Amino acid sequence: MKRIYFLLGFLLLILLLLPVFVSDYILGVFVLIFFYAYLGQCWNVLTGYAGPISLGHSLYVGIGAYISTKLAMDFGLSPWIGMWIGALGATLIGLAVGFLGFRFGLKGIYFVLLTIAFAEIGRLIALHLKPLGHMMGLFIDFKPGWVNFHFKGNLPYYYIGLGYVVFSLIVVRAIEASKWGRYFVALREDEDAAESIGINAFKYKMIAIGISSFLAALGGTFYANYIFYLHPTSVMSMWVSIEIIMRPIIGGLGTPFGPLIGSLLLTPLSEIARSYFTKAGLEGIHVVIYGFLLVAAVLFFPGGIFSYIKKILKPLLGSSKEI
Amino acid sequence: MPLLELKGVNKSFGGLKAVSQVSMNLEEGEILGIIGPNGAGKTTLFNTITGFLKVDSGEVRFDGDNIVDLKPHQICQRGMVRTFQLVKPFLQMTVLENVVVAALNRTKSIKEAREKALQTIEFVGLKEKKNTLASGLTLGHRKRLELARTLATEPKLLLLDEVMAGLNPTEVDELIRLLREVNQRRITILLIEHVMRGLMALSKRVVVLNYGEKIAEGVPGEIVKDRQVIEAYLGEEFAGAQG
Repeated sequence: MKRIYFLLGFLLLILLLLPVFVSDYILGVFVLIFFYAYLGQCWNVLTGYAGPISLGHSLYVGIGAYISTKLAMDFGLSPWIGMWIGALGATLIGLAVGFLGFRFGLKGIYFVLLTIAFAEIGRLIALHLKPLGHMMGLFIDFKPGWVNFHFKGNLPYYYIGLGYVVFSLIVVRAIEASKWGRYFVALREDEDAAESIGINAFKYKMIAIGISSFLAALGGTFYANYIFYLHPTSVMSMWVSIEIIMRPIIGGLGTPFGPLIGSLLLTPLSEIARSYFTKAGLEGIHVVIYGFLLVAAVLFFPGGIFSYIKKILKPLLGSSKEI
Repeated sequence: MPLLELKGVNKSFGGLKAVSQVSMNLEEGEILGIIGPNGAGKTTLFNTITGFLKVDSGEVRFDGDNIVDLKPHQICQRGMVRTFQLVKPFLQMTVLENVVVAALNRTKSIKEAREKALQTIEFVGLKEKKNTLASGLTLGHRKRLELARTLATEPKLLLLDEVMAGLNPTEVDELIRLLREVNQRRITILLIEHVMRGLMALSKRVVVLNYGEKIAEGVPGEIVKDRQVIEAYLGEEFAGAQG
């Protein structure tokens, strides 16, 4: 128990010191690792812990990105403040999706379809709304400074991204240790049984989707201020939703470290594959590699890589019940 | 005032009357058995009582209040809890965590819930298994776990749906002993059971369902001689031979 915190502290120290040793390009890869680990974690709260499968989490990322960006562009509001407003907006939409799904008992594939439908509606609205940049997308003027969330180089984003990941880990651990977390897992395992022992399935699934969409929107603000360009295809498309769910699935669903481990493995691989195949004139091949990876992960590591790492680390850490 | 009172409960699926005009009372502290051939509507009756299915008409009164419009979790919070015929443990949770979740029904504190859960696990005899994942339990142990989970919610009334099915004779005996002890703790029990030995040993009164209707009610010894009951189970010929 103590040793696990020691190990985590050590890993954090390495990550904190890493920028001293590596190039700006590597830092950029790490920014993406953190970004996707964070979003994976947000999705993990809903799907990994509570159970309902969302394939439309890009919607919340997009809402967060667009709201905070529009507030910054039109009213000069710092994204550091706007991100919370965006998160509230995404939560409202998340709760609406949840209400429709959970109130009317949509389960399994039907809930998935609902989340896809909402995400597509969001994408199409953003695509056709003039204030959101129409088909052209939204270009964000580069105004460096802390208040504007704009920085030169990857270093500040590296630390902010790391902050996001640590923040999400703390949130998820807190949920896990609480009544909520236990209720989420009970609902995921068997909703009828959970109801029968006094758990209000509707209420707790709403809480799960509320937290999940709130957190995902915060990630959207990060993305907008890292890329400086928003387009519905790049923040709200189905592909983004798939990117979000790949890492926790490979790393380990319903575990606090699954999304981060999944991202540490998958993101660099995808970056290397993307640049390699694009140079070779074979754009899009990395998607095929993704597919194979997912199949391999599901075949060889059912339950995610995290559970295997846990087994390997067990003798080192003693009782790993607490992880 | 009876603890549980059913008045003309009806439930149909399309043209099939699964439960038809069933009325019965259950006094506090009692153990009442429900028997009937397969498809007689026993489990449907449980589902309607505990809010998993809406009744078409009729009243279900628990502790004096009509509860037909309540959800299962609300009914549990009022003190009525059921087990499932096909046990539903939370497979990826340990035995202890399974019961902690249930104990949280009555307390906000995780610590209190853990203590309560440990006591309950010890009571049902699963103490050595407390850190095992539920997926690693045998059927007998899963049934005990399910019982522990219901007990941890601190019920007044326990509805048991074939808890003895699939157990070996020793396990049945242990369960009988356990349920008697539960009953001594002032917990009323309504049980559906096909294991006659268990049913006879426990229940003071038996209700017989057939094709959704209540066809007999009485003490176990008399029920087994009832003409209609024999007919329902063994067919008319046997009833004639007996009568």
